[in-house]
Amino acid sequence: MPRQEGGQLADNLVHFARALRAAGIPVGPGAVIDALSAVRAAGIGTREDFYWTLHAVFVKRHEHSILFDQAFRIFFRRRGGIDKLLAAMLPQAPVPEEKPPPGAQRVAQALLASRGEMERKPPELETDARLTVSDREVLQKKDFAQMTADEIAAARAAIKRLVLSLDEVKTRRLAPHRHGHIVDIRRTLRASLKAGGAVIDLKYLGPRVKAPPVVALLDISGSMSQYTRLFLHFLHAVTDARKRVHTFLFGTRLTNVTRALKAKDPDESLATVAASVPDWSGGTRIASSLRAFNKLWARRVLTQGAIVLLITDGLERDPDERLAFEIDRLHRSCRRLIWLNPLLRFSGFEAKAKGIRAMVPHVDQLRPIHNLQSMAELVRALSASGGPCGNPKAWLEKAA
Amino acid sequence: MKQPATPRPLPATIDATVDLLAQADYLTDRSLGTVLFLALKMARPLFLEGEAGVGKTEIAKVLSATLGRRLIRLQCYEGLDVAAAVYEWNYAAQMIAIRVAEAEGTHDRERLEHDVFSERFLIKRPLLQALEPDPAGAPVLLIDELDRADEAFEAFLLEVLADFQVTIPELGTVKAVHPPIVVITSNRTREIHDALKRRCLYHWVGYPSAERELNIVRTKVPGIGKELSEQIVLFVQALRKEDLFKAPGVAETLDWASALAELDTATLDPSTVSDTLGVLLKYQDDIARLEGGRAKELVAGVRAQMKAAE
Repeated sequence: MPRQEGGQLADNLVHFARALRAAGIPVGPGAVIDALSAVRAAGIGTREDFYWTLHAVFVKRHEHSILFDQAFRIFFRRRGGIDKLLAAMLPQAPVPEEKPPPGAQRVAQALLASRGEMERKPPELETDARLTVSDREVLQKKDFAQMTADEIAAARAAIKRLVLSLDEVKTRRLAPHRHGHIVDIRRTLRASLKAGGAVIDLKYLGPRVKAPPVVALLDISGSMSQYTRLFLHFLHAVTDARKRVHTFLFGTRLTNVTRALKAKDPDESLATVAASVPDWSGGTRIASSLRAFNKLWARRVLTQGAIVLLITDGLERDPDERLAFEIDRLHRSCRRLIWLNPLLRFSGFEAKAKGIRAMVPHVDQLRPIHNLQSMAELVRALSASGGPCGNPKAWLEKAA
Repeated sequence: MKQPATPRPLPATIDATVDLLAQADYLTDRSLGTVLFLALKMARPLFLEGEAGVGKTEIAKVLSATLGRRLIRLQCYEGLDVAAAVYEWNYAAQMIAIRVAEAEGTHDRERLEHDVFSERFLIKRPLLQALEPDPAGAPVLLIDELDRADEAFEAFLLEVLADFQVTIPELGTVKAVHPPIVVITSNRTREIHDALKRRCLYHWVGYPSAERELNIVRTKVPGIGKELSEQIVLFVQALRKEDLFKAPGVAETLDWASALAELDTATLDPSTVSDTLGVLLKYQDDIARLEGGRAKELVAGVRAQMKAAE
């Protein structure tokens, strides 16, 4: 009898784990076994204890807590598990009066989706992107905004080839180094043992170097719409090449799309990004987006000497002193702040807009990014310690 | 699980766990009690994440005090390496040993190497110490602020946390007979890799409810008045709802409570608040935000709330 009960518990936990997985919490098979032993260890006392027992095993990230909560509520509302749950969520079921709490919809959708088949789009056909030399030259300098579909395809292929070589910063970790300054006693001793301790051959250590993280803040408002897609391709290519790239999109609000960009296939990746962003091609609120970033993310992603790429035209809807304050804070919390502005493509560009004037004093570099050439230059600038960039404040003087 | 000497037993139920912490004046809610109980029972590392000053590190200290175990603390920092975290050879002693061997005329290289890399010359750092048997029971290993270490160190921890063993190339593998009680804390300045979290029981330590915070203040600052303690907690709770860069943690509440007690404050007023705001808030922007009359409003709000409760 108890054996059977245990079996039922295990079944229920397996189903529950599947529900969690569908809702987006990564739960491995090992976690189910853990959950079973955890429940056995704690004993099923009150509902609260059971809740926290499962929470301890299944939730590994703070943001998953909310999904877990909803899944738990729905799943263990009644005995009977997932079948009753699915039945309850069919269209004819009574709609709950109150507004569903955050996360509920996602969980519910995920649970329903596991039933029906996921819609899959047919793979897009690859465009032949071979070009002649002169074509390539033209393509290099052509503004992204003026490209035809074919040219965009070619540009995408070119972007894919961009290799972000490693801009290296010294870490505090040491590694064997030929010209280091610190004596590596451990290796020295080993080496001298080879000669029975007769000769002491000094070995050295030097600081290990490492590529710092890159954080990209990409403006997806209407005024940037011709560029965003290709920039996303660029960021996807960059994300692929180095491990620590965080990407945020902002229009009127800030969205973290880092995970979506990690998919190998760029089209799949961009489709996920598009689905997760609510404010595509809308207005721009740079100040409030930067504020959200400073408050929620800066302390989590701007560690270990991060470089921030701020990609925006700087045309703030209603600029005020908050913009200068937020960008100043951003500047103070990262190692390098590079502003990439497609407006710089105009030879007569002047920093006259109020938003732009507020931002320029607080960035380390102001660079154009509107064609493949400028993108390649950016890559070069990222790899060297400075690169040709000029003083951003010169733009202010020019406009004055 | 038989242990050699007479270590204090681990709590047998969730209630016992909560009570155990309460013995050392650590007041916790049931969720943390459950996770902690499971971590002890299942011998799994406990991974605590949360804002600074909510008492993550304190849990390990309280555990070691109430269970009578040794506390071994490993403070993480960028560049933390095996030599500082696990073991190091005593090079000076090794050098002398080599010289002595030389003077004695020993030139057997293999023997010399074997002698020099023996346990006698090993300096044990926190992680290795935690794997050693202890008559008082397996120690409490606190790996503090893991987010400050770099990813390379995290990868190294995987072996230690999964099997409670460490491999020293020259000596072999050291495995703990009784796994230590591991508590890992993180302030979440970066995301810890899933592979590491998977091996742990995870818990997010949030800010306490007003009721629990009041209990904490009264337990930890014994001399404090009833009215003042209530005002302090209500003020801090209101402050956490403000749009601040860094909201005050429990540690700040306690600091503030003792500061106000030291100042012989009987009741909270706007001028005392603005004089002592630096104890609660650590960013100039946050302090500036509150100074312009906002603190006054909050104090008035606290008073109204207390009046309504009467």
